[in-house]
Amino acid sequence: MIVKEFRELLRDRRTLGLLVGLPLILLVIFGYAANFYVDHVSAAVVGPQAAQVAASLPDFFEVETVDADATEADARDLLRDDEVDVAVVTTGGGTPTALIDGSNLFAAQSILGAVNATAGKIEPEVLYNPDLTTAWVMVPAIIGLILTFIGTIVTSIGLVREREAGTLEQLAVMPIKPGTVILGKIAPYFLLAAIDMAVVTVLGMLLFDVPFNGNVLVFALGAAIFLFAVLGIGVFISTISQTAGQAIQSAFFVLLPQILLSGMIFPLDAMAAGVRWIGYILPLTYFTKISQGVMLRGAGIDSLWPSFVVLTVMAVVIFTAATLRFRRDLAPERKARA
Amino acid sequence: MTAHGAGMPFGVEDVSVTFGDTTALRAVTVEVPAGTVVAVVGGDGAGKTTLLRTLVREVSPDAGNVSAPAKAELGFLPASSGSWAALTVAQNLDFAAGAYGLTGAARDERRTELLAAADLTAAKDRLASQLSGGMRRKLGFLMAIVHRPRLVVLDEPSTGVDPVSRIDLWRLIAQEAASGAAVIMSTTYLDEAERAGHLVVLDGGEVLVQGSYDEVRATFSGTVTSAPTPVREEWSWRRGHDRHEYWPDDDAPADREVVAPDLEDIVIALSLVRRLAGVSA
Repeated sequence: MIVKEFRELLRDRRTLGLLVGLPLILLVIFGYAANFYVDHVSAAVVGPQAAQVAASLPDFFEVETVDADATEADARDLLRDDEVDVAVVTTGGGTPTALIDGSNLFAAQSILGAVNATAGKIEPEVLYNPDLTTAWVMVPAIIGLILTFIGTIVTSIGLVREREAGTLEQLAVMPIKPGTVILGKIAPYFLLAAIDMAVVTVLGMLLFDVPFNGNVLVFALGAAIFLFAVLGIGVFISTISQTAGQAIQSAFFVLLPQILLSGMIFPLDAMAAGVRWIGYILPLTYFTKISQGVMLRGAGIDSLWPSFVVLTVMAVVIFTAATLRFRRDLAPERKARA
Repeated sequence: MTAHGAGMPFGVEDVSVTFGDTTALRAVTVEVPAGTVVAVVGGDGAGKTTLLRTLVREVSPDAGNVSAPAKAELGFLPASSGSWAALTVAQNLDFAAGAYGLTGAARDERRTELLAAADLTAAKDRLASQLSGGMRRKLGFLMAIVHRPRLVVLDEPSTGVDPVSRIDLWRLIAQEAASGAAVIMSTTYLDEAERAGHLVVLDGGEVLVQGSYDEVRATFSGTVTSAPTPVREEWSWRRGHDRHEYWPDDDAPADREVVAPDLEDIVIALSLVRRLAGVSA
C-alpha cells in the first residue's frame, strides 16, 4: 500500500510540487517578505524652509523632492498621486507639518513614530485614513482578492468541468465559434464577480465606514481590467488541468503569492528586493494600488495611470494567451497532434 | 480534408492518424452511405474512437481524406454522457437545438417529437444528472440528432446501458438511418453490431474486415472448433463453458466439434491472425 501510494504520488507532479515546493515557497516568502516594519519611506519637503527641514530629517526619510516654491496643495497632490509616503510642509516661521499617507498603513505607522520622536519639531497629520484603521486599507485589497478567487478558482473549475464531463468535445463539434464559447463561458463569471465586488464594496463601506472618495467609474474600469487578467489566469489554469482537483491545486499556486506578495498584507517596501519583484508581476498588486487610491485617496486616472497601464498590459497578455490555448481545445483541426 | 459532393457517401479514405509514436489508424477507408448504419467494432485501442473523432474533425489525419458535412449538418454523441448534468432534459435539448440555429416554435415542436420518440416526455424536467445511464445516453443521442443532421456519429452509444434501453436506443438509431441520415457508431456489443447494415472490424488501427454481416461471414475462411480444452491455447478463447479455437488453414483435428462462427468468433479469430502472424497455427 505504501509503495503504491509513493508510486502514485511520484506521478502526480502537482501534488508533489505542493508537498515539496510549497514549504520552500512559504519559508522564502515568510523569511523575506513577512515584515511589517518599514525602515525607510519616500518623502517630499516643500515650503520656504524646505531645504533646512529636509537636511534635518533622519535617514528614515528618503527625501526625493525638496521644493521651496511648492505649496501645501502641491504636497497633497504628491500624496494623492502616491509619489511619496509623507510630505513635510514648511512655513515661514511655524512648525512644519508632516502630511502622512494613511492609505499606506504600515509606512504611515512608521512615519508617525518617527515624527513623534522629533518631540514636536514636526506636527503629524494623517490623511485619507486618520485613525490608521486596518479595515480601511484591507477592504479595498480584499475586493481584489475576491475577484482573484472568482476569476481563477471558480472560472477554472467551471471550464474544467466541461472537460471532465466530456461536453467540451460536444461544444467543439457544434457549429459555435470558439470565441462565442469562450465568451459564453466567461461572461457569467465576469458578471458574478462584478456583483460580488459591488456587494463587498458597499458592505465594507457600511460595516467598516470605509470611505469612497474617488470616482466610481475609475474604480469600475480598474476592476474590469483586473477581472480580465484574473479570468485569463482561470482560463489558462483550465487548459493545463484535466480535473477540478488539478485546477484547484494550480489555482492555489497562483493565489498564494497574490495574497502574500501583492502588498495586501505585508508592505512591498518592507520586503527584501529578492522577493519584492514577484509582487510587481502580480495583477493584484496593481489593482490594490488602484482600489486603495480611488477609495481612500480619491485618486483619478491622472494619478493612477501607471497601475492602469501595467494592469492593462497584463490583462491583454494573460487573457489573449489563455484564450488562444483554450481555443486550441475547441478547434482541434488547428492544434498540433497529441 | 475534402468537401462532400452531392450523392457521395461520407467517410474516410486511406486515413492514417498517429499520436506521438503510436499509430491509431493505418490507411483506413470506410464509407458511410446515407440511410445506412455502419457499426465499428474492435477491442480497446482498436482505433474506433479515433476513427469517429477524425470524421467529426476532432482529430486531424496525418494522411488520407475525410468526407464529412459541415458542422451544422453533423451530429455527434461523444463517449461521455453527451449532456450537461446540471441542465434538465428539455434544457439540454433546447441548448443543442439553439446551437444549431433551431429556435422558437420549430424547436419546441422538435423537442416534443424527440422526447416522445425516446419515451422521455415524463422526464423532460428532470436534471440530466438524475437520469439513469440509459436515459442519459438517449438524451445525448437526441441532442446529436435534434437538428436532423446528414451524418450522425455515435461513440459507443450503448456502452453501460441496460438491455431494455439498448433496444430503445437501437430503435432510435435505426429510425434515424431510415429517415435518410448516414449513421456511424462504434460499439463493443457484437450482437448489436450484427444488426448494422455495414460492419467495420478494427484492430490495432487497421481494418480487418468490413461489409454486411453476411459478407463478413462469407469472406471468413478457416475453421472454428469448440471443446472444453484447446489444442493451442494462444489460438483459443472462452465461449460459455467451452473454448473456441481457430484453425486458419482448415486443419482442425477430426475429433473437434466444428461450430458456425458468429461475429464474436470472427472478430476474435481475425484479431488473433493479425497478432499471431508468424506463429505456427
